Amino acid sequence: MSIASQVTEIIAEQALLDASDVTPDKSLEDLGIDSLGLVESIFAIEEAFDISVPFNANNPTESEFDISSVRAIITAVEQLVKDQS
Amino acid sequence: MRRVVITGAGTINALGHDVPTTLEAMREGRCGIGPLDIRDVDRLAVKIGGQVTGYDEHAHFNRQQISLYDRFTQFTLLAAEQALGQAGLTFSGALADRSGVVLGTSGGGLNTQDENYRAVYEEGKNRVHPFIVPKLMNNAAASHVSMQHNLRGPSFTVATACASSNHAMGQAFAMIRGGMADVMVTGGSESMLCFGGVKAWEGLRVMSKDACRPFSATRNGMVQGEGAGVFIFEEYEHARARGADILAEVAGFAMSSDASDIVTPSKQGAGRAIAGALKDAKLDRTDVGYINAHGTGTAANDKTECAAVADVFGAHADELMISSTKSMHGHLIGGTGAVELLACIMALRDGVVAPTIGYEEADPECALDVVPNVAREAKVTAVLSNAFAFGGLNAVIALKAI
Repeated sequence: MSIASQVTEIIAEQALLDASDVTPDKSLEDLGIDSLGLVESIFAIEEAFDISVPFNANNPTESEFDISSVRAIITAVEQLVKDQS
Repeated sequence: MRRVVITGAGTINALGHDVPTTLEAMREGRCGIGPLDIRDVDRLAVKIGGQVTGYDEHAHFNRQQISLYDRFTQFTLLAAEQALGQAGLTFSGALADRSGVVLGTSGGGLNTQDENYRAVYEEGKNRVHPFIVPKLMNNAAASHVSMQHNLRGPSFTVATACASSNHAMGQAFAMIRGGMADVMVTGGSESMLCFGGVKAWEGLRVMSKDACRPFSATRNGMVQGEGAGVFIFEEYEHARARGADILAEVAGFAMSSDASDIVTPSKQGAGRAIAGALKDAKLDRTDVGYINAHGTGTAANDKTECAAVADVFGAHADELMISSTKSMHGHLIGGTGAVELLACIMALRDGVVAPTIGYEEADPECALDVVPNVAREAKVTAVLSNAFAFGGLNAVIALKAI
């Protein structure tokens, strides 16, 4: 499975939505994911890809990890996986 | 001074998943203690406990809730729902602001701690789930009850080891009596039956490997239990005005501290709490027909408790009944006083006194009527429930029939 579809699955599970509803342009807010849901999603991403996501819940918008949309998250995860290998 | 009554009760414990099942087991003197079904039980010297069986968390909670609710929180929420259902109360507006939650627990989310220590120490994982802190914290149960039922008044958690729920219920009582609140959800919960939770108790060498036999000369220690007991305490006029079914009146409460030893109980400390509860309830000692004992089944507790009761009650100590239901449901530690209060309500409401089961042989140091092995019918109008914690912290509640 591609990174994009794995990330989409993780976000969909958190949002209790079908993966087909989690389109790249959506923000987490659009999907109804709150701050706890976000932290849980990041944990699930870290577990799935065995990476460490640079994210601080105190100041989400200024973290290095871009969470502005599903697409941004996928891109950021792809980069982290690439950096690690 | 305002009066306080109980208008709802709920429980889940080794004897049953609700109040009627639990009381039926107590009437029948059924034992809920059995082989422990937990991870690594083969590495424990103590392999028995009063475990909640036939319980599937997925039948009650969804995945998201389970990621936030430790087993002790789950037990609390189930018991609270039963109690509020019986009381017939929902909370909005001014009543919500005048209602709160005070619950006892000793270990809080100990299963969550145990599992995650395993993950990071044993399995070498470098990351834990983000909700471990809100899941394991001791106030998680009280907070989730307040959130689920919109209780917006004073809420907190009390941790005084084996007296936690009696101290919690004492606070709830005092807060209503003093005018700080009108309705309080109170009681306690414990879920310590995990490898670390049992291993720690093993270390003290006060645990029985076969059964809890309070007051019997053959007793050889305590047995851990788990579960929750939750009650609705309500201001008397408030309950009456809405035509609530009143289970009993909370007549008095007292606390004392031994100020002597961290584990050895004191006859004087226990006696001061018992006498204090009688005084607070304005009860004459001859009014008391039944005492739900702390009765842990250890050598030290049972003889000290009997001596304290004999001191306070004098000749009437031989007339009253005193039993330990821990022989059936085990010692729920921070939740124990709450489940035991059910036996007190049964004595007052149904005229049935729960027995001390497992009783084999009289001990001259426990020469009271401990209602051995078989429940007894009796008209009882006032009762006490004792709790004496490690750390020498004692809390005794007095209930009256209404």
